[in-house]
Amino acid sequence: MLDLFVQFCQMTVVLAAAPLLAGYVRKLKALLVGRRGPPLLQPYRDLARLLRKEVVLAESASWLFRAAPYIVFAATWVAAALVPTFATGLAFSYAADMIAIVALLGSARFMLALAGLDVGTSFGGIGSSREMMIASLAEPAMLMVVFTLSLLAGSTQLSYIAAFMQGPAVGLRVSLGMALVALVMVAIAENARIPVDNPATHLELTMVHEAMILEYSGRHLALIELASFVKLLLYISVIGCVFAPWGIAVAGQGFAAYLAGLVVYAGKLAAAGLLLAVFETAMAKMRVFRVSDFLGAAFMLGVLATLLLFVSRLA
Amino acid sequence: MTGSLAFDVAHLLAGALVLVSMMLLYQDRMTSLINIFALHALVVSFSVAWQAHIQQAPHLYITAAIALVIKATVIPVVLHRIVVRLQIHRTIEPVVGVGLTMLAAIGLVALAIMVMLPITAQAALVAREDLAFALSVILLGLLMMISRRNAVSQVVGFMSIENGLILAATGAKGMPLVVEISVAFSILVALIVIGIFLFRIRERFETVDVHLLHEHRGEQP
Repeated sequence: MLDLFVQFCQMTVVLAAAPLLAGYVRKLKALLVGRRGPPLLQPYRDLARLLRKEVVLAESASWLFRAAPYIVFAATWVAAALVPTFATGLAFSYAADMIAIVALLGSARFMLALAGLDVGTSFGGIGSSREMMIASLAEPAMLMVVFTLSLLAGSTQLSYIAAFMQGPAVGLRVSLGMALVALVMVAIAENARIPVDNPATHLELTMVHEAMILEYSGRHLALIELASFVKLLLYISVIGCVFAPWGIAVAGQGFAAYLAGLVVYAGKLAAAGLLLAVFETAMAKMRVFRVSDFLGAAFMLGVLATLLLFVSRLA
Repeated sequence: MTGSLAFDVAHLLAGALVLVSMMLLYQDRMTSLINIFALHALVVSFSVAWQAHIQQAPHLYITAAIALVIKATVIPVVLHRIVVRLQIHRTIEPVVGVGLTMLAAIGLVALAIMVMLPITAQAALVAREDLAFALSVILLGLLMMISRRNAVSQVVGFMSIENGLILAATGAKGMPLVVEISVAFSILVALIVIGIFLFRIRERFETVDVHLLHEHRGEQP
């Protein structure tokens, strides 16, 4: 019963905090380059405005185009519900593991790419093809990270991995450092952040994610935007619960522990948002064809982390 | 707990060395290549110093100091000078197929681990792990030498092989200090000889791209 309640709280928190995180990162980025920036709550206002607006559909759009935003949003939200954010012992965490999260996000991306192709505009096509190129490189790297973590913890379940990482059995391991760097690189690519894609641009030559959703409007666009906010939050939560698992409340610790977990989680999000904003301000976007090198390095780190684990398991 | 910490730090440093070897393969600019090589030597020096600490072997500190002074400071500075004098410090070296080289590199690391772990089953834990990583570093250095066309990059590959040998030697309960000192100085002599050679190649062919040497070996018809 408690598990269900925690699960419900978590899903609400994730959904409510995701636009705030996006607004916070935007605000920080604006401040770092000396602008005032939009207010923190601007993403909520944008979403509310989009929800009120009428949907404009292209004439060539099929049912797939209309269904895709709901599927994308649902898959992303379910994936986010599986990640322990402020408490482990979630009701759903026994249903699916980290590989399922990767699969859910992969199917969300697949639907979005199909929708981009569906209308038949050239921008949608170029966006979809680039997105699939990035995905085909990012997913193997992500899976190598999952393998590293599960070899170490003995399970692919995130709640279990988070509990293991809090325990004393972890030790100092070079594999974990490599897995962290690889996961951060994958997260940057998957969330269309700066060295790979610029979330704030509509320049034809460089846009990837924005090109796919160019034809969307109204509530469809609101759902897709919300899904991308949730996805950013999800990756930060995964990195937080695996590599900085301190403060996550364990099931049965009582109300105070949950409250403390919530505060620590907010702190983690704030720190991650600050790092992301500083990183994005300092970096320049790379050419699309350099992305394969970037993600290839992430994959290599993942493989190397797994290999080194075989040596360190001697101990 | 202390035993496990000793192993963990040794593992961390040796693993970092393999990672830096990978980074050497990834660089395409001369200056950054030499800087990464300095980092490589720095990691070796830390690794040797840690071995000296856990094996209670003070003479290994001297090895670490030699690595720090000669390989992490003198050789990079000299290489930087050579590169500037050869006017190639701003050139981007066309690395042939970074992706393929990386895949080969990962395969070599896997091979080294697969070969070393079974045949050293009786040795001490730290020695086994150091030997496996040392073999990977050596193989990666060889890969660096065969995949690059620029003579300076090949020198860096050669020097990184020597770092791998140091790692192997210190992991296996140390080698005599005399041997270590003579190896360090032979590396310095090798650097000088190679440096002279670089200038000779350059004088003769106006480039340090070693592919131009092939037709002078008499292999081609």
